[in-house]
Amino acid sequence: MDDSKIKRYGDELYEAWLARRTVPPLLEREPDITIEDAYKIQSRMMERRIQAGETVVGKKIGVTSKPVQDFLGVFQPDFGVLTSGMVYREGETIDLGKLIQPKAEAELAFVLKEDLVGPGITAMDVIRATDYVAPCFEIVDSRITDWKIKIQDTVADNASCGVYVIGETRGDPRKLDITLAGMVLEKNGELHSTGVGAAVQGSPANAVAWLANTLGSLGIPFRAGEVILSGSQSALVPVVDGDELVCTVGGLGSCRVKFAGRSAV
Amino acid sequence: MSNELTLSREDIVRLCERVEGAQRRAYAIPKLTDEYPAMTVADGYAVQAELRRRYLAQGHKLVGWKAGLTSKAKMQQMGVNVPSIGFLTDRMARPENSAVKTSDMVHPRVECEVAFVTRKTLKGPGCTRQDVLDATDYVLPAIEIIDSRFSGFKFDLPSVIADNGSSARYVGGGRARYPGDVDLRTLGVVLEKNGEMVAMGASAAVLGHPADAIALLVDILAEQGEELPAGSFVMSGGITEAIAVKPGDSVVARFQELGSVSVRFVE
Repeated sequence: MDDSKIKRYGDELYEAWLARRTVPPLLEREPDITIEDAYKIQSRMMERRIQAGETVVGKKIGVTSKPVQDFLGVFQPDFGVLTSGMVYREGETIDLGKLIQPKAEAELAFVLKEDLVGPGITAMDVIRATDYVAPCFEIVDSRITDWKIKIQDTVADNASCGVYVIGETRGDPRKLDITLAGMVLEKNGELHSTGVGAAVQGSPANAVAWLANTLGSLGIPFRAGEVILSGSQSALVPVVDGDELVCTVGGLGSCRVKFAGRSAV
Repeated sequence: MSNELTLSREDIVRLCERVEGAQRRAYAIPKLTDEYPAMTVADGYAVQAELRRRYLAQGHKLVGWKAGLTSKAKMQQMGVNVPSIGFLTDRMARPENSAVKTSDMVHPRVECEVAFVTRKTLKGPGCTRQDVLDATDYVLPAIEIIDSRFSGFKFDLPSVIADNGSSARYVGGGRARYPGDVDLRTLGVVLEKNGEMVAMGASAAVLGHPADAIALLVDILAEQGEELPAGSFVMSGGITEAIAVKPGDSVVARFQELGSVSVRFVE
């Protein structure tokens, strides 16, 4: 795909994000888009957000579970960029009015204390370089109409990232079994679904190692202090005004989030 | 659904013999409600009680109980709001890491569960989570091998209760823990078959907390005029969906804080 088209699609997605509206799937219009093209489109979209004043604060990993990979017909995860405008603190209410068609997922977040520069990074390096882990919610959102995404669409659209909130509970991955830690998701006081760390690439640390290696091969920096959302351990939960979600990671603790307002769709 | 006893003593014995034959010789039968459409849950438990009486008379030892239909999804599917229970005997036990024969089962499936071993008598009605935790000696991980004797695993609640909750075999093992030393609500579980993860979840999938399933089990026993004696082995219900197994399959259930349990299957 030539640079002018990459720029055009990146700008289109940025403008859709800014105006809280959707665009038709890119792949329907450009059947030959590769995943590499899609990352370049993502890069353009996020360049626009950074030009508008946001800063890069981390990365998210998506498409980490086997059911989602099977659904999208891929065998590896994808990633997107986390920016300062996506951050909510625990206790703040998430404003659905700033989102289009949001869904929540419960994850384990990592914060690094050392740079992780691939290639050659393993799960053992990830544990070594991790400052702490925390329970978190990612509120995914899609700028693509009706979530009709193929892998190229979601990659181009910054891995369908919306906003996120990291719980205040922090854990040391040397003291916690991040692979077998259970994930319990409650919605409005009732059990919604359960999961486990291993649902993410066998272990969330494997997903972070994949990210470090992928970023390394693309020459994208991955620095100490960055937040990494390692991939969903729960079902996707559509959220509306008044909803409250709690996720609890076994042996670690909980993250609680409330929603208010109306999303665009 | 009414819960009155509708079957005559003769019918109960007849249905019990039918279930016992299917269990012993490993063949599938139509669900009992095909012939007795008015059969109730109480009828199902009457057949199960007769089955238990017969096995114990033959020298089998009662080891404990199991809760079944403990996930919201399974209860909705069956149109019920209480779990079902079944009894466990020494003949159903298999050691950890052993080879379990499939030729004496119809269509076995495996589930991973948190199991409890009690040190005090538990008595309903009104048994609570705290009562269960107070009466628990230790918890351990377990694999339950269920095997419905009904064709195609298709049944309704009275039929599955008469078939002893599809109980077939069980394997306890892993690491024993005091219930107060672990958070029994948030234990993560991964079920692997032949090295591949085939099911996963966390223990809250069992009625919100596995000890709540034991409390309900104790209340169901109370309805039958029974209590749960000290020293019982009780399985709290599948955390994951049940996975079909065949000869050659090897299964490992990995639990947060409780270690793992493995078993393999032979002809």
